[in-house]
Amino acid sequence: MSYLLILTPFLALVILNLLPNRLRETVGHRVCLLILAAQSMIAGLSPFVAWSRITSMQLESILGFNLLMDNLSFVLLISAGVVGAASLLVGWNTIKHGKERFDFINLLLISLIGMNGISMVRDLFSLYVFIEVTAIATFILMTIHKTKEAFEGVLKYLILSVVASILMLSSISFFLIISGGVSFPAIKAAINLSNPLSLIAIGLFLCGLFIKGGLVPFHAWLPDAYTAAPNAVSVLMAGIVTKASGIFTVMRLLNNAIGYNEPVKNILLIVGALSIVVGALVALGQKDIKKMLAYSSVSQVGYIIIALGAGTKLGLIAAAFHFINHAIFKSQLFANAAAIETQVGSRDMDKMGGLAQRMPITGATSAIASLSVAGIPPLAGFWSKLLIIIALFISGNYIYAVIAVLASVLTLAYFLSLQRRVFFGKITQEMAAVAEAGAGLLFPAVALSSITVALGLVFPFIIGLFVR
Amino acid sequence: MEIMVLLLIMMVLAALWAVMTSLLLRSAIALALTSVILTVIMYRMGAPLAAVFELSVCAGLISVVFISVISLTHRLPLKEYLARRQSRIMRFWPLPVILIIAGVALILIKNPLGAISPVSAGAQDVRAVMWNLRQLDLFGQIMILLAGVFGVLILFKGYKHD
Repeated sequence: MSYLLILTPFLALVILNLLPNRLRETVGHRVCLLILAAQSMIAGLSPFVAWSRITSMQLESILGFNLLMDNLSFVLLISAGVVGAASLLVGWNTIKHGKERFDFINLLLISLIGMNGISMVRDLFSLYVFIEVTAIATFILMTIHKTKEAFEGVLKYLILSVVASILMLSSISFFLIISGGVSFPAIKAAINLSNPLSLIAIGLFLCGLFIKGGLVPFHAWLPDAYTAAPNAVSVLMAGIVTKASGIFTVMRLLNNAIGYNEPVKNILLIVGALSIVVGALVALGQKDIKKMLAYSSVSQVGYIIIALGAGTKLGLIAAAFHFINHAIFKSQLFANAAAIETQVGSRDMDKMGGLAQRMPITGATSAIASLSVAGIPPLAGFWSKLLIIIALFISGNYIYAVIAVLASVLTLAYFLSLQRRVFFGKITQEMAAVAEAGAGLLFPAVALSSITVALGLVFPFIIGLFVR
Repeated sequence: MEIMVLLLIMMVLAALWAVMTSLLLRSAIALALTSVILTVIMYRMGAPLAAVFELSVCAGLISVVFISVISLTHRLPLKEYLARRQSRIMRFWPLPVILIIAGVALILIKNPLGAISPVSAGAQDVRAVMWNLRQLDLFGQIMILLAGVFGVLILFKGYKHD
């Protein structure tokens, strides 16, 4: 089953490119949506169906793909499926030219292959290869409209990504020296913290991942990249790409390779706390809606990292749940931003006001997602933040738990500021002629906010199913 | 051993030239030279396959791409070139100094990371490892190439807008 999640998008990519030009676009859109929906369903049903038993060993042995499909894999698979589908729908409605739409579908499929690879690999070098697959597809996706702003954004992302790659490759060579292999079990067995080379290897790899994930102090590229990218690509990047490359990989490494040791926990707690606070404070001062969401992303990713810093099973569960929540509410907020930019023609929040009267569905869904990010009950974001704070308290990290609680107030402040400036108040004269976005842009927002509400309501009943 | 030290010093000097020169063409040539010296080092260290890759891809193919792109650019007026050269020297002069200090420090400390001997990875043939054990990585590399092809098509082929 696991190799099918990598091979199916690849086969779809090949077949779609062999189709005649007039069929490519519509068939491509439907096939891509079907693949993403199937992936989300497979990952969502993971507690009930033993997918690993449904497999063809013959094909698996011919391909020689040695993949790992555990509960952590499902966290990324479900998030990639849902966010990919939202990005595809936003792209369908915001990318006007047919050729560009087809290019977008092709690169989305390659990016999906990269993320599925990241979720299921068993060794460090393969992990690096699939991080690069995802990154390169994203660089090109960002420049799909060939605007100057996009090239500037992608250049920053590219340069810092190359630095991250150098750090990760250096780390892999150190791990190779220490353990004689790059598989997760070999690294786990060989790590010895009294050996300085072990510490250097862990530190270099984590720094590489922090750059990829846009954590403070390595976040300089992220706001420009998210802002400069086309709307559909912003949804994909903010929702899942940077999180798969830089955050999921930290979870995988901690769980399967380097383990929870004191120096690593301290690094995670400090970087997480810095990201939470700096991201939230800088988000407060933004007037570009996408830039505010980008800094909010830095802050929320900090919550995932600080939860991992607790170094307990509960911390990992909280991080994984916040990862899924972040994928859902952040891609939805970027879908809302796409609707606003399409209808208003600007991202400057100071020029907006009273839009809830003209765009009620966008306003309502945006409010749901904002409250979920801020951790207001009973929405999904509340449960994951609650688990993070409990995990920090139980592990004795009281100061970090207090920081997490106080930063939630900051989160609420900047999202209330966003809601007030964009949707509430008296409608300005320039906004009087604005109409609600089309159904194509509203559907992903409504679907994602419904998931946020539903997940929040049923969370206490389903959490046991996913924790095995 | 002396030849290796000489080669390493030559490689560092060539890399330094690549970073410090203010002419793009010279920088590309210096980078190719760095790769050629690295190829010799790799060959002498018993990694002929890696040496061949380094020579063909890094010294050969990449240099051709760099020089092709540089041939599309215009030369700067002499006055502006001299000003840029001056500012580049001012910005990068600490680099050789840091390298010399780091080199001397490493020679004095000898083995800064303690007695670390690499764990043997087993004497497997590189080709066998690549084709029989790393199929997933090969698949990933094909995906990277495919993404690159789409990149070239998107960035360099103009759309026929209505």
